[in-house]
Amino acid sequence: MADNPSIHGLVADFDSPDRLMDAVKAARKAGYTKMEAYTPFPIHGIDDAMGAKPSILGYLVLLGSATGLGLAIWLQWWTGAVDYPLVIAGKPFFAFEPSVPIMFELTVLLSSFVAVFGMIGLNGLPKLYHPIFNYTGHKGITDDRFVLVIEASDREFDATGTRDFLAAQGAGKLELIEA
Amino acid sequence: MAEITHAALNPHAQEMKERLSPSLTTGHPSMHDVTEAVSIISEVKTHRNWYIALAVTGSITGILGLMLAYLVATGVGVWGNNGPVGWGWDITNFVFWIGIGHAGTLISAILFLFRQKWRTSINRFSEAMTLFAVACAGIYPAVHVGRPWRAYWLFPIPNEFLNMWQNFRSPLLWDVFAVSTYATVSALFWYVGLIPDLATIRDRAVTKGRQMAYGIASLGWRGSATHWKNYEKAYMILAGLSTPLVLSVHTIVSFDFAVSILPGWHTTIFPPYFVAGAIFSGFAMVVTLMVIARWIYKVEHLVTMTHLENMNKVILATGTIVGYAYATEFFIAWYSGNPYESYVFFVSRATGPYWWAYWTMITCNVISPQFFWFKKLRTNIPFMFAISIVVNIGMWFERFVIIATSLHRDFLPASWGYFRPTFVDILTFFGTFGLFLTLFVFFTRFLPIIAMSEVKGMMSATRHEQHYLDEAVDASEGKVLEGGAH
Repeated sequence: MADNPSIHGLVADFDSPDRLMDAVKAARKAGYTKMEAYTPFPIHGIDDAMGAKPSILGYLVLLGSATGLGLAIWLQWWTGAVDYPLVIAGKPFFAFEPSVPIMFELTVLLSSFVAVFGMIGLNGLPKLYHPIFNYTGHKGITDDRFVLVIEASDREFDATGTRDFLAAQGAGKLELIEA
Repeated sequence: MAEITHAALNPHAQEMKERLSPSLTTGHPSMHDVTEAVSIISEVKTHRNWYIALAVTGSITGILGLMLAYLVATGVGVWGNNGPVGWGWDITNFVFWIGIGHAGTLISAILFLFRQKWRTSINRFSEAMTLFAVACAGIYPAVHVGRPWRAYWLFPIPNEFLNMWQNFRSPLLWDVFAVSTYATVSALFWYVGLIPDLATIRDRAVTKGRQMAYGIASLGWRGSATHWKNYEKAYMILAGLSTPLVLSVHTIVSFDFAVSILPGWHTTIFPPYFVAGAIFSGFAMVVTLMVIARWIYKVEHLVTMTHLENMNKVILATGTIVGYAYATEFFIAWYSGNPYESYVFFVSRATGPYWWAYWTMITCNVISPQFFWFKKLRTNIPFMFAISIVVNIGMWFERFVIIATSLHRDFLPASWGYFRPTFVDILTFFGTFGLFLTLFVFFTRFLPIIAMSEVKGMMSATRHEQHYLDEAVDASEGKVLEGGAH
């Protein structure tokens, strides 16, 4: 069963975040590794329970911040002191103090771009098709249902065994979905 | 024995519960009820009144378009700006609109970092307000440059006409960067928050067209734990970035004045004073709009009196800070011993030709919010609606007073003057309200006006807390002891 390429996995529907959380923990204990939870809002601690690694977005944003800061320093120094030095009100061509506002603004601007587009990229979006949309109750995921999918590619996956296991965790609705 | 202990531990459990968990929703809606109440707004057939509202706000926006076309075709001279008052209503209105935006970012970012749960029902709406207000603000400096088709010269874009670079040592250029960064980051933050809710509307769509439109807008969001993990990280980072950003924007706007050497402008108090005033006016605008929107769209159970009351408390706090800043300015004008500084405050502002504007400002900004000390008044909807409008009138006058009084009496009495707006000034300002409201009319029709996923998350978190508090109340009332003595 685990080798059937037309099946994405088994969907189990739960009616509360607590039930879903318990099921995730139980699934991990039972040796499942390839699973994904789908919820209408973020559930704290579910990544840990699933054994997912923390997001690397923060490090990417740090790179964005450094780029923004560097760009602002370079831009103000090069335009004001190198490419076209112009005396204005006797001020120095380049100084640290009056450069701070634009250093700050460009740091924030580039960091925000990385935060947003990095998040979209790490999530593999935009992606208009995904097997979860084949689940007949997928409308509930963005409403009030809490769903666990154990993927068919999991070594422990077994259509009947996994079904029995998830039913024992209190899943309301169980459904195999196509890839 | 145990009864006494419990009661002694929690003599005010009921009161504590009310304080810790004020009602952020009423009537115990389920998560599905939240989805319904918010999504339905964009799903029902367009009401006739919506078209009427659009026709009214659209016509006012048309006036703005006409006035701008007239100005561009004729020149900035159609405004009342003239020596010595070179900054008139344009910069007043620019600062006014930028200030309004600040409440949205404060609610979305700062209250998020402070874990203020009450922000969830109003953040989407007030972030939209930020964007629309910044759009209105941006018009003024762009047009005031005189040749708006060359407004891109404000940015360091190499071009064939301007054979030099922008002056990065000028606060006016810092302002260009501050406002454009603020507009961009606010739009990004708003969009990130919208993605999961757009997916909700996509999943509820009954027509192909809606499914396509909301499907593309939500990028294929599927609410997986992996998605939420990166999403929450991005949201936290954006909140962390927006918090200093929003404080920087009005700080830098105030540098436009404070870095000059004009009496009345050249003061170090400006950055905090401008930021407090911005939050003050912004919250007033949120109250004005929210009182109407929650009634029209029937979301009174999601935007409750607790939300309105909290906003009124912020108005009271920031209004008092603004009043304190006014007093400090007078004190320093006297204490500095600088005759020019004293003249601006004691003559130009308080008793000079602009005395009427000054005292309107004091009445609206310092006196009117003080009514909110009384719970009866700050929970009275018609009253808070009236005060919120009065506050925004006051904050408009504050910017006008700052600009006009410092400019109108130049150092040489021969060049004294008095600013009078032209009909173009007045109608342009009127027109920006049309633009602001038109954008709102579209927003409330097509997008979820309440952040559904955040409200649901808040409800789920509150339920756990509620359970704990219920136990505390039961314990104080001795109910938990019914099981008998162990």
